[in-house]
Amino acid sequence: MTQLPPASDKKLGLVIDLDICVGCHACVISCKGWNTENYGAPLSDMDAYGENPVGSFLNRVHSFEIELEDGPAQNVHFPKSCLHCETAPCVTVCPTGASYKRAEDGIVLVNEEACIGCGLCAWACPYGAREMDQAEGVMKKCTLCVDRIYNENLAAEDQIPACVRSCPTGARHFGDFGDPNSAVSQLVAEREAVDLMPEQGTKPVNKYLLPRIKDRWLDQPEAGDVLPVVAEEPEGFLKWLDKALEKL
Amino acid sequence: MNPAPSVIIFTVLSGLGFGMLFWLGLGQAETGGMIGFWLFAMAFILSGGGLLASTFHLGNPQRFWRAFSQWQTSWLSREAILAVAALGLMGLFGLRQVFFAQDWVWLGRAGAGLSLLTVLATAMIYSQLKTVPRWNQPGTVVLFILLALAGGALITAQAGLAAGLFGLAGLAQLWVWYRGGQRFAEAGSTLASATGLGGRGQLRLFEPPHTGRNYLLDEMVYRIGRKHALRLRVIALLGMSILPAAIMLASGAGLLAGGAGLLAAGLAGAVHLIGVFAARWLFFAEAEHVVGLYYGRHS
Ligand code: SF4
Ligand code: SF4
Repeated sequence: MTQLPPASDKKLGLVIDLDICVGCHACVISCKGWNTENYGAPLSDMDAYGENPVGSFLNRVHSFEIELEDGPAQNVHFPKSCLHCETAPCVTVCPTGASYKRAEDGIVLVNEEACIGCGLCAWACPYGAREMDQAEGVMKKCTLCVDRIYNENLAAEDQIPACVRSCPTGARHFGDFGDPNSAVSQLVAEREAVDLMPEQGTKPVNKYLLPRIKDRWLDQPEAGDVLPVVAEEPEGFLKWLDKALEKL
Repeated sequence: MNPAPSVIIFTVLSGLGFGMLFWLGLGQAETGGMIGFWLFAMAFILSGGGLLASTFHLGNPQRFWRAFSQWQTSWLSREAILAVAALGLMGLFGLRQVFFAQDWVWLGRAGAGLSLLTVLATAMIYSQLKTVPRWNQPGTVVLFILLALAGGALITAQAGLAAGLFGLAGLAQLWVWYRGGQRFAEAGSTLASATGLGGRGQLRLFEPPHTGRNYLLDEMVYRIGRKHALRLRVIALLGMSILPAAIMLASGAGLLAGGAGLLAAGLAGAVHLIGVFAARWLFFAEAEHVVGLYYGRHS
């Protein structure tokens, strides 16, 4: 059903720490690896070795630059996947009921058996979190690794989303935002955490921790201090050359 | 947004077809005998053919029947249901009119209402999307409906009415373009809000996540030249509104009688269709999706 369920007590999602993400794309690759072999159709690549390769990914890392007034420019690596919005517009627009939000934990999923591949949900998502698989003609999106997090066959430390498991810097955290005492809720309370595009009214569950303010140059050197003028007046050979040129 | 031919053809033709069905249902045209037969046939080919074209852009068209299930929330689902209901009622109405010369006024009225609601649902699919601010305005719906009514009035030989509706559609189009230009800024989505990194300094995309294309870029991040767009707008406005209105005014005033009148109506129809196709192409190509912000667009 594409009607949104009543708000669940459990709100599973991710916190992404923009302060420490180094932009290595490990989460992108581990996501593709896990999800191409598990839930639903594989994440296909078209023309993988050709001129114009294109493929489906559920997680992508953008990089942005902030030019600061009073300090060196700062790069921010910015991983982006489905934010499992509370008022998910991608769910309500779906004509078939393929797109749905789970009442029990708030995960937004696509039932690929029912998806007609109309693409309207991808249009409705402000974040570009949905990509149509070009081989299967069905909509692909982050499942929050629903096939890992409840999977008793996996070791306890593996029962988290693949992206969180593989992040070498610990920039990604998985947990329940419905529980104010969970580690993710604590992180959000302690640090400066934001919603992406709050004006779109989607109420994302996933949160982003803003990068901390980095060191500043204490006494910002003038260009002249770094490159002092070597000599005001030329001397020796240069003086001769200077004069010779002036005479021309 | 990607101006996919299947969607452009679908929205233009089905709009025209349902516009015709609206007037036919209200009994505003000759609906008995041969003329009636051809009018109904044309309306069904346009609306039904348009619907068929719309399935060409589906990834799994064989599951289309599932799209009838989610009318409670989805405008796309509502459109599917309304279209089938309208075609069903109007089919029955047409059969009785053409072959039995019998009139069930209420059936025609109900069919006319459903036909217009179908056009409304089509427009709402676009107009509801907050993510595409240019479409997200009431004018979108008004324009789609006026275009359907105007084209329908032309083919059902209501010259004066058609001329008036062409004029109104032109005004609505100008308004939609004007408001459309302001909507992205009004919606308030910027690179700063998209990343949460606002208020610290000048923000820009340093590196995209992928060097090649992907579904998002192909589908939602489109760019067309300003000059090209302006030229197309002129063609669209002349074609969809000004020229056919002028032709129909002349023919409505009795300047073009008999064969000349018919020829003029045909010409007006052809010009109108070209104009609407140009306008609909622009409708998609000019529409900016907020996801473009993540790729360094619109900032
Ligand atoms: S991020 Fe996009 S796909 Fe995910 S729930 Fe929100 S609107 Fe839907
Ligand atoms: S692409 Fe599939 S999941 Fe998305 S709106 Fe269409 S039918 Fe629903």
